[in-house]
Amino acid sequence: MRRRLLLFLTLAACAGFTVALAAAVLHAAGAALPSALPEQLAASLGSSGVEHPVTAVLLNFRNYDTLLEIGVLVIAGMVGISLASTSSLEDPALRSSDSLLYALQRWFVPLMLLLALYLLWAGADRPGGAFQAGAVLAATGVLMRLGGLPMEFVRPGVLLRLGLVLGFAVFLLVAVAGALAGEAFLAYPPGMAGGLILTIEIVLTLSIGMILLALFVAAPVSDEHEPEEGAGP
Amino acid sequence: MNWWLDGLLIVALLVTAVAMLVSRDLFRAVVMFMAFGLLMAVAWVRLQAPDIALAEVAIGAGLSGVLLLDAVSHFQRGQRRQQPPEGK
Repeated sequence: MRRRLLLFLTLAACAGFTVALAAAVLHAAGAALPSALPEQLAASLGSSGVEHPVTAVLLNFRNYDTLLEIGVLVIAGMVGISLASTSSLEDPALRSSDSLLYALQRWFVPLMLLLALYLLWAGADRPGGAFQAGAVLAATGVLMRLGGLPMEFVRPGVLLRLGLVLGFAVFLLVAVAGALAGEAFLAYPPGMAGGLILTIEIVLTLSIGMILLALFVAAPVSDEHEPEEGAGP
Repeated sequence: MNWWLDGLLIVALLVTAVAMLVSRDLFRAVVMFMAFGLLMAVAWVRLQAPDIALAEVAIGAGLSGVLLLDAVSHFQRGQRRQQPPEGK
């Protein structure tokens, strides 16, 4: 009886919250835009170096946020790797050797690499960009790993560490170089914005793909060391 | 036509979300999560946010789903090892 009352109260609270949220959203959607941001963006799009407004905001006007996001991802990747209890991240015993998957890979892996490249390139003037391309790259790596292709490069060696920090390092280098050259921190020199954004996006794609892949590959801890919760003798 | 499509999308989103939450089978919950991610991407496209839709498909439905599937398989392997063979 008491449990049922508690359940009813919880459901009522959830329903009330949903109704309040819907009312707030509808109210906000009806109001006029509080600022002239779209007009400002359209006016300054020509100086940003790219044609797609979302990419312009992410990698030029508000690139400080993107820099911090990459920093967070790098830290997450480092923590993920350091939590892995196996010495080699690429453990042959953890692969599933599915012959169907292995055969499908010959079709999928080149296509997915091409898709990642397209997404990276398309980011300049239409939806796409470094994050999406990096995610596709990481998914390709996951597929390769599940199908049993050897991947020497995800060993926790110099190459992996370099790959993890490459995007963040290049981004930071560009930012500091801009500051040293007399511009503001993270401001691109005039006329070089397009090329710099493309360079940053390429290294970001590599790094994001590697971080996500490292998180996936480092995730399985070997069962012997894993303390199951509530499973004591 | 558009209202009909949007209404169907909302209903499908709610159904997959509830099915994901109440499912006792973890594998089924993960599959529901991935279906929810794909439907959510369609919803983002309908809201004219194709950038977010791409990120949702790649990260939300794809990578997170694979990570969760991996976690489920490890979880079940650990459970099977602890239970005696006649337990299941």
